[in-house]
Amino acid sequence: MIDNKLIDLINLTKSYGNNVVIDDLNLYIRENEFLTLLGPSGCGKTTTLRIIGGFEQPDQGRVIFDGKDITKLPPNERQLNTVFQKYALFTHMTIAENIAFGLKIKKKSKQYIKDKISYALKLVNLDGFENRMPDSLSGGQQQRIAIARAIVNEPKVLLLDEPLGALDLKLRQDMQYELIRLKNELGITFVYVTHDQEEALTMSDTIMVMNQGYIQQIGSPEKIYNEPKNAFVADFIGESNIINATMVQDRLVNILGTNFPCVDEGFGKIQPVDVVIRPEDIDLVDPEDGIITGRVTSLIFKGVHYEMTVMANGFEWLVHSTDLSPVGAEVGIKVDPYDIQIMNKPESEDEEAVGVNE
Amino acid sequence: MSNQEESKVTTAEATVTLVKKSHRFSGKSLLSFPYILWMGAFIIIPLIMVVYYGLTSKTSNGFTLENLKLIADPINQRALFLSLKLSLISTLVCLLLAYPLALILKSMKLKSNSFVVLVMILPMWMNFLLRTIAWQNILENNGIINTVLKALNLPTINIINTPTAIVLGMVYNFLPFMILPIYNTLAKVDDNVINAARDLGANSFTTFRKIIFPLSIPGVISGITMVFVPSLTTFVISNILGGSKIVLIGNVIEQQFQKVGNWHAGSGLSLVLMVFILISMAILAKYDKETEGTNVW
Amino acid sequence: MVKKISQKVYVGLVMIFLYAPILVLIVLSFNKSKSRSKWGGFTLDWYKSLFQNEEIMSALYTTLIIAFLSALIATVIGTAASIGINHMRKVPKTILMGITNIPMLNADIVTGISLMLLFVAVNFTLGFKSVLIAHITFNIPYVILSVMPKLKQTNKNTYEAALDLGASPISAFFKVVLPDILPGVFSGFLLAFTMSLDDFIITHFTRGAAVNTLSTKIYAETRKGIKPEMYALSTLLFLSVLILLILINRRNDSIEKKRNSVALAPSK
Repeated sequence: MIDNKLIDLINLTKSYGNNVVIDDLNLYIRENEFLTLLGPSGCGKTTTLRIIGGFEQPDQGRVIFDGKDITKLPPNERQLNTVFQKYALFTHMTIAENIAFGLKIKKKSKQYIKDKISYALKLVNLDGFENRMPDSLSGGQQQRIAIARAIVNEPKVLLLDEPLGALDLKLRQDMQYELIRLKNELGITFVYVTHDQEEALTMSDTIMVMNQGYIQQIGSPEKIYNEPKNAFVADFIGESNIINATMVQDRLVNILGTNFPCVDEGFGKIQPVDVVIRPEDIDLVDPEDGIITGRVTSLIFKGVHYEMTVMANGFEWLVHSTDLSPVGAEVGIKVDPYDIQIMNKPESEDEEAVGVNE
Repeated sequence: MSNQEESKVTTAEATVTLVKKSHRFSGKSLLSFPYILWMGAFIIIPLIMVVYYGLTSKTSNGFTLENLKLIADPINQRALFLSLKLSLISTLVCLLLAYPLALILKSMKLKSNSFVVLVMILPMWMNFLLRTIAWQNILENNGIINTVLKALNLPTINIINTPTAIVLGMVYNFLPFMILPIYNTLAKVDDNVINAARDLGANSFTTFRKIIFPLSIPGVISGITMVFVPSLTTFVISNILGGSKIVLIGNVIEQQFQKVGNWHAGSGLSLVLMVFILISMAILAKYDKETEGTNVW
Repeated sequence: MVKKISQKVYVGLVMIFLYAPILVLIVLSFNKSKSRSKWGGFTLDWYKSLFQNEEIMSALYTTLIIAFLSALIATVIGTAASIGINHMRKVPKTILMGITNIPMLNADIVTGISLMLLFVAVNFTLGFKSVLIAHITFNIPYVILSVMPKLKQTNKNTYEAALDLGASPISAFFKVVLPDILPGVFSGFLLAFTMSLDDFIITHFTRGAAVNTLSTKIYAETRKGIKPEMYALSTLLFLSVLILLILINRRNDSIEKKRNSVALAPSK
């Protein structure tokens, strides 16, 4: 990947009344990157996107695009295009007129526009739809038209605001693959907003997890999933066991009264920490082979695996496994050292995750 | 079995078959039957009666066009043309006043549309005749406006009992019916649709011309109809603000009914008026591709 | 900034235009002089003599009764019709909605004349009843156009859910559907009431000699001069509606505030 910064957000702050939506945010987006802004609703991700698009003005901070400060530039003079949450197609125009809208404003030739329309419709698998009206299309089709309408303008960056939110599951998965294909074919930068962690993990090169106006973690999907920086990220991305623990010394952590070997260093001695263990990283073994023992309290068949809960040391452990242990069975719990993820306790209240401290 | 009972039975049978037949419409659509009967009796039949009266006369048997020909009479002709002229002017003035107002109201992003509706409907609780009479007070030669002008040593205006005063009265009375439908269609335009146009490179003017205005056309058309039709047919506003010398087509028709007593002539002139209304609506409908009978009210 | 101010000025000017005559009438109701064009000093006399003026009081009574009854009957017929139309297939639906638009789009003068011709043709005496029928006729469309949008918004499943939980169709309607569309029904009633109250033209043609509403009474007085009591009465009517609306608005505002604070609570 080229390390060329295309967009640079510097010290962005935005509030509505007393409600601070974005607090001193710094972020850069590289050329050709698929960046996802991920977080619960109200975390500031959509506002960030709208500031990049030019629909909102930040209270403080700057937006640099390709080396130029575009903070004050109106949306129609920015070299980027947006795909809106509910498509925002022009209902009084045909599909062709919708797609041609931006090109006509740029005074492109008729032949050029015609070629572009058919190219774009082929790209989104909707050739032959030129003369249909938007209302006669399904949600998924409308979404693809909205994408076609944006990309014919050959923007350097495509901003997508929860574009798949209104679609059903199957369609959403199909569209995810299509977006990845489009991104690879077009070679443009995607900035994608979603609250769906699975969507983020599937499509992104880089994920930025946001909460309450702050960046919680930026990194590749693997990094975010395997090494969440704090309890909020761990809880928001996938399912996990988040447990209060104490770092005894380097490479040893005390979880619920029992010492577990781990691989982390540098947290100091006898330090309170949060520990994250993914349910699929827990092995259920014979009681004598486990680090601790417990009793299976529930069992659900989930298709690819069984989901079990095990009561051990006063904590209900969530376990995913392809091997079944019946309810009531006495089992041992074993976790490999590198599967235990140690995290500092949140330093400020702002970083405190919502709904984690149950 | 007596005759009476027999007939009861057949009625019952008839009712049963009727119910069975209408069952195609499913139970709930039956709820609209009282309305259908009502509208048939009090909208459709009366309109047919106007047509019948308009095409017949007291003196001759059978159908005649003589009532329609009355429009060719110079006095009536002048009244019709003046009505058309004044109502077109007042419709245009209403449109020019209402559209910017509706745009401003939209940009204010009020919590609910009902506030705008209330502000526009509220004056109707003061009788419209009285409100029109109040304009006499404002416009008269020694009325409020002229008193103020005199106090400021400015030249006075003399518009009471002129067509200008009638146009003003029309604009005053029907402006809310232009504002509300336009505002309602504008309020429905999704902000993101406007954002999308800006995003695709349109400046504010292009966004207005290509997106906002086309999307508001149903409201504009509804507004034009709701101002043009009552302006074209009024006899009250011209009576109060135009003095006795200015005669509109509405005045002619009203007099045929209430003073002259020639209902055939009055109906015939009404028919001519309806033709003009229908023509104007047909013209408007051409500009309105997609209202689908839904109303912007 | 300049744009914002000029926008506000524009809205203000239109409001002055719409409300100036009302202000004039309110001022006239306190005018001691009987003449419309002279200010003879402040008085409350007209408010006192108003209630002794039997003609005006009876016209007021007729106006209110007709407005109330016509709005009520129109609301019942119109709400039932909306539900029926909403369940129809496309073609009959379009035809009926077209007919519904006729009285709204047609000239009042034609509606008035046509009804008068009908009443006379079937020997129906022009009077209170004919005016009532005429008002119901032009009121129903306002109700339908207020209720229809609400019906389209309601979730069809809620009615079925009520049936599923054992409610009879009638109680399902009153307990589930009606509360959903009630705002539309209510605003339809209010609109119909207002339209009836403000109507002159259709009443003018269908009333006969015996019945007077406030409108027809005012019209008859236009030439010889309006009795000042009429200004007083209109002022009272207008101000009471204004106060009522302000109260309703206040209540809605406080309800909304409560809702907002509840909605915000869990995220804090």
